Amino acid sequence: MAAALDDGATTSVEITQAHLDRISEVDGAVHAFLQVDTEGALRDAAASDARRAAGSPAGPLDGVPIAVKDVVATRGLPTTCGSRILEGWVPPYDATVVARLRAAGLPILGKTNMDEFAMGSSTEHSAFGPTHNPWDLDRIPGGSGGGSAAAVAAYEAPLAIGTDTGGSIRQPGAVTGTVGVKPTYGGVSRYGLVSLANSFDQAGPVTRSVLDAALLHEVIGGHDPLDSTSIDQPVPALVEAARRGADGDLTGVRIGVVSELGGEGYQDGVLARFAESVELMTKAGAEVVEVSCPSFVHALATYYLILPAEASSNLARFDAMRYGLRVTPDGDPSAEDVMRATREAGFGDEVKRRIILGTFALSSGYYDAYYGQAQKVRTLVTRDFEAAFRLADVLVSPTAPTTAFKIGEKVDDPLAMYLNDLATIPANLSGVPGISIPSGLADEDGLPAGVQILAPAMADDRVYRVGAALEALLGQEWGGALLDRAPQLTGAGA
Amino acid sequence: MPETSEHPGAPEDGRAAVEQPTLSRDQVAHLADLARIDLSDAELDHLAPQLSVILDSIASIQGVAGDDVPPTSHTLPLTNVFRDDVVRPGLTAEEALSGAPEVEQQRFKVPRILGEEQ
Repeated sequence: MAAALDDGATTSVEITQAHLDRISEVDGAVHAFLQVDTEGALRDAAASDARRAAGSPAGPLDGVPIAVKDVVATRGLPTTCGSRILEGWVPPYDATVVARLRAAGLPILGKTNMDEFAMGSSTEHSAFGPTHNPWDLDRIPGGSGGGSAAAVAAYEAPLAIGTDTGGSIRQPGAVTGTVGVKPTYGGVSRYGLVSLANSFDQAGPVTRSVLDAALLHEVIGGHDPLDSTSIDQPVPALVEAARRGADGDLTGVRIGVVSELGGEGYQDGVLARFAESVELMTKAGAEVVEVSCPSFVHALATYYLILPAEASSNLARFDAMRYGLRVTPDGDPSAEDVMRATREAGFGDEVKRRIILGTFALSSGYYDAYYGQAQKVRTLVTRDFEAAFRLADVLVSPTAPTTAFKIGEKVDDPLAMYLNDLATIPANLSGVPGISIPSGLADEDGLPAGVQILAPAMADDRVYRVGAALEALLGQEWGGALLDRAPQLTGAGA
Repeated sequence: MPETSEHPGAPEDGRAAVEQPTLSRDQVAHLADLARIDLSDAELDHLAPQLSVILDSIASIQGVAGDDVPPTSHTLPLTNVFRDDVVRPGLTAEEALSGAPEVEQQRFKVPRILGEEQ
């Protein structure tokens, strides 16, 4: 697409209009978007065309439109986080990620649906209704960033921004047959991201190819003085790594298969596609070793203590005083009464569950046994990663234990929902980068599965190199991209 | 909102709190109160058993790491970040108040913060 813009074969206005048309055609059925900014996107597209006509494009992606997850602040465009409590809130500023997209010339098509405050693995916890998986509209698109993944899978957007706190970029990528990258923690600014669990949250690319993800990552990544947890080091050469990987040669690369991330609880078809990917990488010259990370079996419990604890304090900012919803009970209510009524009305079930759980984990008397213990196990997980990365350059596993399940199947069974993040959570606990790329379709249901590639912190280039290589190897097997095999969505307009 | 607070039935010593990883309806009501959420009776009936199931499964974490393991609160080696004290553009009062539920005289208008007895 960028090449066609370079050649003058098409214009940003044409491309942007085509995507807006596609959104009008299929988003009634998919519901990937909460907000579409037709006017703003076309205005920015026209400005991009003017830059190209003047011979001064702002970068390789100038003019390529993008969708942004609704947890990222966009000046002048509503940002709801999928929650009633922020319905109609229009941020007076841009997140750094958004500012960088604008500076690089990418027109913003709109804001994508998500589980409320990014809590969930199915996008069913959005206060504004679920997003449907383009592969099967009765199924979930993953979560929390199901809107971004579905938009890209349904060709409503060529690129999207997601955020990954426990797998919210990678797991939707796996179940929609798209590519999703969680950068190293601190590699992409969190300024303007509404915090869920601030020590885990990380924004990253959602795309249809590894190279596109690398191009987008280079736009949004790098140090930001507005985020004190942003890493003040140059981002590795990601596009170069993706281009290098595309030859499919993995000679000398040591690939570690994590024995704890597989087996029981994983769907047979997902495991079969994963085994094939490993075999292809072996044939391409990689040295495959099995590595053990024993503390990973505790990763889920660790995450579901630390996350609610951080979330319960982060979400305390929704107090009905300065922005967002305010519900005023009858009589002469105090500010506290207003807070209670507003938070009751404005938050959905999953948000309430996690706030209460987090409040519990931080209560005196239970703090050491739960939150304190979880922080220690977090150290053990990091030690396991360090040991594993002494034996292997990258680690691999299935991204999600199953393919997309039916909408409604797990929505009132929180524990079953949490298990979707089994394989993705360890990376968030330790801040390491990871990518999910499509590994094929599971035999039993014909739905996409993903393979996850993890690298040490600040070695994001490795996930792009190995990801691009595996993508090329799988593409040769399939004779094209996996998404080519997705069913056609033709204005179903449900 | 308070992050830590007294909890009914919480033992003095956190380490002793390991035996019964369940949350009663009353405990959930109290926690919701601490978190400033007015849960309805129906929600308490619905959420309390779910929370007990979740807690039961994450309670397995207890005793996994020994006393010699340092806690991780953050994966990066964080240091204080300083910058020069220079004026930068910020939000105007109008922009800052643009999302406010109620505004009066260029200020956020909030309900009374003191109770009758105060």
